[in-house]
Amino acid sequence: MYKYDNYDQAIVDARVAEFRDQVQRRLAGEITEDQFKPLRLMNGLYLQLHAYMLRVAIPYGTLDSRQMRMLAHIARKYDRDYGHFTTRQNIQYNWIKLEECPDLLADLATVEMHAIQTSGNCIRNISSDQYAGAAADEIADPRPWAELLRQWSTFHPEFSYLPRKFKIAVIAADEDRAAMRLHDIGIQLVEREGKLGAAFYVGGGMGRTPMIAPLIKDFVPIEDYLSYAEACLRVYNRYGRRDNIYKARIKILVHEIGAEEYARQVEEEFAHVKTLGIDPPAAELERIAAFFAPPPFESGLNEDIDRSDPDFAVWLDQNVKPHKQPGYAIVNISLKPIGGIPGDASSAQIDVMADLAEKYSFDELRVTHAQNIVLPHVAKPDLYAVWKALNEAELANANLDLISDIIACPGLDYCSLANARSIPIAQKIATRFADAERQRDLGELKLKISGCINACGHHHAGHIGILGVDRKGVENYQLTLGGSGAEDVSIGKITGPGFDEDGIVDAVERATDKYKELREPGERFVDTYRRVGMEPFKEAIYG
Amino acid sequence: MKLLTGNDLASGAVTWWAGSWWSIHIEDAVDVGETGEAILAREEGARRVNAPYIIDAIATPEGPRPAHIKDRVRALGPTVRPDLTLKPADPQAGEWVI
Repeated sequence: MYKYDNYDQAIVDARVAEFRDQVQRRLAGEITEDQFKPLRLMNGLYLQLHAYMLRVAIPYGTLDSRQMRMLAHIARKYDRDYGHFTTRQNIQYNWIKLEECPDLLADLATVEMHAIQTSGNCIRNISSDQYAGAAADEIADPRPWAELLRQWSTFHPEFSYLPRKFKIAVIAADEDRAAMRLHDIGIQLVEREGKLGAAFYVGGGMGRTPMIAPLIKDFVPIEDYLSYAEACLRVYNRYGRRDNIYKARIKILVHEIGAEEYARQVEEEFAHVKTLGIDPPAAELERIAAFFAPPPFESGLNEDIDRSDPDFAVWLDQNVKPHKQPGYAIVNISLKPIGGIPGDASSAQIDVMADLAEKYSFDELRVTHAQNIVLPHVAKPDLYAVWKALNEAELANANLDLISDIIACPGLDYCSLANARSIPIAQKIATRFADAERQRDLGELKLKISGCINACGHHHAGHIGILGVDRKGVENYQLTLGGSGAEDVSIGKITGPGFDEDGIVDAVERATDKYKELREPGERFVDTYRRVGMEPFKEAIYG
Repeated sequence: MKLLTGNDLASGAVTWWAGSWWSIHIEDAVDVGETGEAILAREEGARRVNAPYIIDAIATPEGPRPAHIKDRVRALGPTVRPDLTLKPADPQAGEWVI
């Protein structure tokens, strides 16, 4: 894992001190809320429905046990004993007091963490593949390249006031586990003639105008990586719209001028940027990469796993994924208990996960964009012990990628932007499909729920998506089918008129029943939908 | 009726104008009629409330009920965490929101 150098620590500590002063001045009445709001947002502090909400950055979703324990400490000391892991691989706390926030941030800084750039029109937390460094299909570890972007984008003076917020994902495998093409910039590390480079996809996103990022350049030599990213941002910063918040994201610019013209302008800008020498020297790249060197894996571990405990065997099949290192496996911890709140974990559960990472996973954890946690490097002989500990902490939900592994935004239960509640819908659907056998029979089915058009719950990318809207003061839910955030990326289509809270659960069930009726061997829900189209599902849903 | 609501500056807690003070319980809220804007400006200026605004509500025997679901959620707390609502002993508390 990357470790802060003196510069990193100094700027984070300085920011805490600066914010402490700003909070004191606000509480003393020396500055107004209008003056203070942009300052608190720059430090990830929102005012939500019930209280202040703090969003803490988790760069590319990677944590060590010390940091994870700090997250538990924050939940206990400053919040109400739980945290909410988000679709940007971050964590949010819902009950923060302004007067305590500087102390909270100071605590976070002791473990090289902060809440900087988790809000505002700047480059947000860089996201990545949660299996980075462990996946058998990656051509390189994407984390050093995500870390390079983190350093470049942190306090970047030119990109602190972009037309709108900006999200970047970096992956290094053909299987897209990070919804890469639904980002403002999606980067896939690729190889050409034995050399490492990056494919740049620019102008994707969800929100009220969902778009899949087109390929802007299929191979940027890795030595030009940062300059090319800088050129992409510069063109956007210059020409992105600032007159209309709904048209301010880069996807609108790329769409309006066309991917080809945008790429041409980037090339032009790149020719200039490259002369500025912002790409780091090889020695610096090696310094960063060294932090992500593979852990000291043991060789000769027993590959056989005792599957005699049936519950363990089910979890093994569903939540444990192959590792590139023989004798090891990737463990997914689902934060989606039946009837629970997607992405929430108590401080005690966070501590348990930290302990397991320290004992069994070379001290590493990952947060996934699907609001789950990963132990990336677990020795196969340790899997049963890990499962038992998870089971005791109510964290052994064997439902990864099944219908109850639902992504849901906080919705109207917490969020001041939401129009409808998301969490109760997730709870009702998970409860309706609680039977484990039934879920497994349905197979991979990614269900995603947003409580408003901003799409924090990624509903556009759900095989089944649900969007909560406000219809004359009453919650109403639209259903979409056929979306995907993976390498087969697509935007879901609305089925028709919306439903009330119970109606949407019935509609989901009718859609899955129709899938079971129509599916061919090996087809996932989304495959069947793509083969037969909307009509049969529409008929089933609306009768 | 019209109610005045906002958040406590220091703690962020949802508060309701109770006539001469701010309460975290909507049951204490009073109808501000046409005086809301004036109270809002005075109280915000004195930093006794943050981001205040006026809402429509109806009077019920149990107390004021905001017209919009968003303000009912604010008044109660998250419907999905009955242990964190302001009516934790009432199993029907969540129903009040809908």
